[in-house]
Amino acid sequence: MPEELLQSEADEVNGTSGVVPVIEVENLHKTYDLGEVQVHALRGISLAVEPGEFVAIMGASGSGKSTFMNLIGCLDRSTRGRYLLDGQDVSRLSKIELAHIRNRKIGFVFQGFNLLSRTSALENVELPLIYCSVPHQERLERAQEAICSVGLQGREGHHPAQLSGGQQQRVAIARALVTNPSLVVADEPTGNLDSRTSVEIMDIFQRLNAERNITILLVTHEPDIARYAKRIVLFRDGKIRRDSIVEDRLDARQVILDLPVVDDEDEEA
Amino acid sequence: MDFKAIFRVALKALARNKMRTILTMLGIIIGVAAVICTVAIGEGASNQVQEQLASLGDNLVMVFAGSVNSHGIHMGSQATKTLTAGDAQSIAQIPFVKAVSPGVGIGEQIVYQDQNWFSGVSGESPAYFEIRKWPVIQGSPFTQHDVEGAANVCVLGRTVVENLFADGENPVGKVIRIHNLPFRVVGVLSPKGESPWGHDEDDIIVAPYTTVQKKLAGISWVQSIQASATAVGTVVPAEQQIESLLRQRHHLRPDEDDDFIIRSTLDIANAREQSARVLTLLLASIASVSLLVGGIGIMNIMLVSVTERTREIGIRMAVGATENDVQNQFLSEAVVLSLLGGALGIIFGVFGSMAVSSMLHWPTLIPPQAIVIAVVFSAGVGVFFGYYPARKAARLDPIEALRYE
Repeated sequence: MPEELLQSEADEVNGTSGVVPVIEVENLHKTYDLGEVQVHALRGISLAVEPGEFVAIMGASGSGKSTFMNLIGCLDRSTRGRYLLDGQDVSRLSKIELAHIRNRKIGFVFQGFNLLSRTSALENVELPLIYCSVPHQERLERAQEAICSVGLQGREGHHPAQLSGGQQQRVAIARALVTNPSLVVADEPTGNLDSRTSVEIMDIFQRLNAERNITILLVTHEPDIARYAKRIVLFRDGKIRRDSIVEDRLDARQVILDLPVVDDEDEEA
Repeated sequence: MDFKAIFRVALKALARNKMRTILTMLGIIIGVAAVICTVAIGEGASNQVQEQLASLGDNLVMVFAGSVNSHGIHMGSQATKTLTAGDAQSIAQIPFVKAVSPGVGIGEQIVYQDQNWFSGVSGESPAYFEIRKWPVIQGSPFTQHDVEGAANVCVLGRTVVENLFADGENPVGKVIRIHNLPFRVVGVLSPKGESPWGHDEDDIIVAPYTTVQKKLAGISWVQSIQASATAVGTVVPAEQQIESLLRQRHHLRPDEDDDFIIRSTLDIANAREQSARVLTLLLASIASVSLLVGGIGIMNIMLVSVTERTREIGIRMAVGATENDVQNQFLSEAVVLSLLGGALGIIFGVFGSMAVSSMLHWPTLIPPQAIVIAVVFSAGVGVFFGYYPARKAARLDPIEALRYE
């Protein structure tokens, strides 16, 4: 399929021309210089993501999707090409400016949860706010609110070790949401979770996307998980291989209802 | 990230690993405590010297007969015969001088009934007792009249009394024999203890200088003149005026050396203080080596901590911590560590010097500056040795750090 067609198809579905895209990358290249060899991880990626989109990035390992995610998450800088986040060119910002962008515009959710151990859920969620000088009281209020939005009220004082994997990931999602970012980047968020918990996490993402219009970029290699997104971008060998709308989109809430009742109670207790 | 938040995060991180925190602080604790103790002992010693010197006399200026250099042959000090009672009388005319006593000393065997004792007999004028701030506690001092008449009267020091008289016997009014001459005891001096040189000051008999000159030593000159300046501030000018007066009276040409020696308690105090200060400095610098070792301990633990917490650093960077935020976090941990160690070190140092005082009976004194310096120094150690690990943490690549297992 020709690429223009795919692009126009995507625009048509979203119907948001005129609105500033959350992500707009043009001809993005990333080359890792390993001394003797040069590894071309990304070989010219162009992509636009409009506000309120829910995009799944797929691809085999080595396809460049992780590199792309690091660039989109402002953890790294591209070798060549342009990246506009919320209309702001962030491809040539300094390290300090990138840290500020990560703090204010991007929320991360990782496969390994990446919570601070021996630190309460509330303090974990509060963490990004510490780095943008929000006063103590407001920090607590906003962190509390974020924890409620992922359904973890009552567990604010629990340490990660006292929470199940699904609960830990929900704390991580709350942490990503607490700064009201333009974009949530989720890197294999269900990779460490069982299938039921995975669906529950996808339910949270779908609700955040639908109810609060939060833009989500989901990196996954599981086709089942990608089907909860609205759009799938497939990477191969550092290029976009396919960019398509999800036809048979799954509704996580419906899937949970269809799942057999397992001994979930034991895990919760 | 505000200062309070940084501080709280640092405290929390340190509280997480209490045993390690305490062991790391131990280096600083011992270092600061050692510095405080040595400074306290040094200050205490120099303070004691000051007190002893002050008790030596009232703004004391001493003139001793000097050495003679006749035709290239040096004689010992106090060999000159040029210092006289007349010199003392003219020194008394100097406005900065309030009291003068010429002195002659000789060692004699003293006998009372069947007891005898060898002691120094000092010939002085009645002004001696106020110059030396040495009151007569039993009886009374001899008088100017006794001096003029070269009377056979004397005042005894405590040690002499103890060696000649039975316990409880009142020496006043008794007659003792010095050099086979009868002397009536008119008074007993208050006990003074040891001089700064460790010599028993109470082993003394004081008699009119004229009596000692004529009847015991058989000389016409004096060996020393002790004078009191009017105030601490006039000790130095008094010293200078005495010197020029004596040079003039002794007809010394400008190219000739003094035939006398002038010393004030101020001179002695300075010399003593200087040697005490050198010793304190030496001890304190040895002690501060342990502070340095403590600092290296902090650096070591901070480096371990940075490696252990690589993932945490990655997480913090991912959610928006800048290099400076991470650096400040680790730096403040090091500073909190060393400051806390410094505070505990001060407490241990204070208790340690109190223990030294009570167990070894050494005087100790902790100058407030020492505590301020200890605090500043330990904070400095934290910043200095915490900087490298903190920098290392700040330079981590967030992607690598997040991937770290």
